[in-house]
Amino acid sequence: MLERLRRQDTRLDHYVDRYAERAHGMTASAIRALFAVANRPEVVSLAGGMPNITDLPLDVVGSLLNELVLTDGRRAMQYGSGQGEPAIREAICEVMRLENISAHPDDVMVSVGSQQGLDLLTRIFCNPGDVVLCEAPSYVGALGVFRSYQCDVVHVAMDDQGLNPTALADALRALRRAGRTVKFLYTIPNYHNPAGVTQTLDRRLELLHLAERADLLVVEDNPYGLLGFDGEPIPALRSLNEDQVIYLGSFSKTFAPGFRVGWVLAPHAVREKLVLAQEAATLCPPVFSQFAVTAYLANHDWRGQIKVFREMYRERRDAMVAGLTSHMPTGTTWTYPEGGFFVWLTLPPGIDSHAMLPRAVTARVAYVPGTAFYADGFGSRHMRLSYCFPTPQRIIEGTRRLGEVLEYEARMLEIFGTAVEPESGRRALGPREAPGPNQA
Amino acid sequence: MADNGYLQTVIVLSGGLSHERDVSLRSGRRVSQALRSRGIEVVESDVDSNLLSQLAEHTGSVAFPLLHGEAGEDGALREVFELLGVPFVGSVGAACRVAFDKSIATTIVGAAGIRTPTQVALPHETFRELGARVLVDALGDQLGFPMMIKPSRCGSALGCSKVARADELPAAMVGAYAYGSVAVIEEFVAGTEVTVAIVDRGNGSIALPAVEIRPESGVYDYAARYTAGATRFLCPAEVESDVADACADVALRVHGALGLRDLSRTDLIITPDGEPVFLEVNVAPGMTETSAVPLAIETAGWSLGKMCADLVRAAAARGGRTRAISLAAP
Repeated sequence: MLERLRRQDTRLDHYVDRYAERAHGMTASAIRALFAVANRPEVVSLAGGMPNITDLPLDVVGSLLNELVLTDGRRAMQYGSGQGEPAIREAICEVMRLENISAHPDDVMVSVGSQQGLDLLTRIFCNPGDVVLCEAPSYVGALGVFRSYQCDVVHVAMDDQGLNPTALADALRALRRAGRTVKFLYTIPNYHNPAGVTQTLDRRLELLHLAERADLLVVEDNPYGLLGFDGEPIPALRSLNEDQVIYLGSFSKTFAPGFRVGWVLAPHAVREKLVLAQEAATLCPPVFSQFAVTAYLANHDWRGQIKVFREMYRERRDAMVAGLTSHMPTGTTWTYPEGGFFVWLTLPPGIDSHAMLPRAVTARVAYVPGTAFYADGFGSRHMRLSYCFPTPQRIIEGTRRLGEVLEYEARMLEIFGTAVEPESGRRALGPREAPGPNQA
Repeated sequence: MADNGYLQTVIVLSGGLSHERDVSLRSGRRVSQALRSRGIEVVESDVDSNLLSQLAEHTGSVAFPLLHGEAGEDGALREVFELLGVPFVGSVGAACRVAFDKSIATTIVGAAGIRTPTQVALPHETFRELGARVLVDALGDQLGFPMMIKPSRCGSALGCSKVARADELPAAMVGAYAYGSVAVIEEFVAGTEVTVAIVDRGNGSIALPAVEIRPESGVYDYAARYTAGATRFLCPAEVESDVADACADVALRVHGALGLRDLSRTDLIITPDGEPVFLEVNVAPGMTETSAVPLAIETAGWSLGKMCADLVRAAAARGGRTRAISLAAP
């Protein structure tokens, strides 16, 4: 029978030889697949970074949307400006004023979440092979953007005071000596994702001084800036320097991520190019979403709502820190976030967060291995823990389960010795090792 | 063409809590779509606390488990179906339990006269008791390098490593133990990688044409399995016809020796001298867009929908077990 069969010779993808080089790293990942289990209710997921909108008053939002459709539906469901609607750009300036940022609506471009703002910025600034400087570790979604434009990411050291300007100066010097083109620094000064730390004012000033001296463009990503729990907020970089800093903002954490409304505040010339890039990419950001957010800001106590969110996240942060204090083995350390969603955990030497994730999932707890937040294969001694979504009780239970897994790993280490591959020898997987945006 | 004339609802089970949940969901979606294309009513279900109520709601339905990995292929759920008298596609629980464990399956397959790699299965406690360094040295001496390290009870190449040197072994062991408490350490068999599906549509088991697997990266790991374009498949395999016949024969014998039913897939390595060596068998083979079995079905001139419908029909005709107890609707 077999002789009569026509042989199929296939790679099961008719387009496999047509993809651009930038698509070559887009492959399946066993680690990413594990996050499918993390979405099951049996698993305490400390992995995803989904904002918790349980406290959002849906009746209020429902009425606003109903009213919007009835009174202004035809405009809201029509194409709009590539730069974004004037009313929301004015409202965005009001939101930024809470962080002492003075801006004109003309210099704001609305984007599809701040993620698209970063994508467009990278599109207009970066050629393949250009260097983008990022903190070590950095936001996984940003690494994905930089990879897709074939940029080389160079990480710069940070500690519990945020990005270290001295390390930045060293990196810049070395790169320029090597003849590399550095296009910008991407930084998250407030409640860093994933590190959970906030850059001090002294360091911000030092960073800006260096940026001016070295003519380094700074892209400040500030999605969590209004979600601080303790003390006075530290001025945004953009509030301290208007020329050297491009600012990314978002309503995803202060209102709701589903509307996909973010923005870029950029100097005039950059903004003009961004708008052209936006029109090429989407024609215009979603008009209905912009109208909806504008209506929300105009008719609801959004400042009060942010306070509600802040208290809810603070309670979860406290649960996380209490759980870690109770359940982590000796030799484990973690950051203390003063806002935002994340804690960055450092494991005892020899324990590999990447290798132990399957065991953690078996123990019904999930986290994101530190390797997801590095473009160069480092990070295996770290993990990101999110406290934004689960209840405080579940967070504490998650840390208990994680503690048991770490005890088991310590026993494995005792048996087999240091089992972690040398970090420099690892393949960088970055964003392939993180959950998708819809995973809690 | 409608197949629903005499078929009840099919409950396609996918997902579950195993490490292969994502793959299982993809298999489930594809089979559901294939069955619906034959006009069959399908209910897609995860394995959770609602499952038994769902079975009760659809009295007379047939279950089609597409659960991969532990708690899917280990037979436990199928034992529940047998207990409840729910007809299901695939092998009985006891056979799955044996087949799913690579070490136990290899022992039985070897006893049936089929060539298998030399291997040992060790829990990590053994390394603790005997001393890891001594045991690692002994494994190197006895099996030689390269060698393969695998979790004893897992699929999709998760936790599997090819180890070229003794100093790579500890990390590979830790990687395998991350997926289960027992690891299989076996000799590496070089050759052509093929997989052969066995199907019984109610009129006897037959082997589908072997699928030859040539991963672009050289390693048929998770990324090579589930990234379209990452692996070249040739079906029928580019081997001599007597070798192809030998592969089909081995897969049929594996299916028989392990007491499997309806559908299985046997992974083999063909040595340079043309001998098939058994690697492992799957009782719930992947049915994703990048899986080998749907390709073999297509090459054989069948349709996935027709074949799945036939398997469902055979399961329905077989019915549930006599020890069935009644299911009360909630």
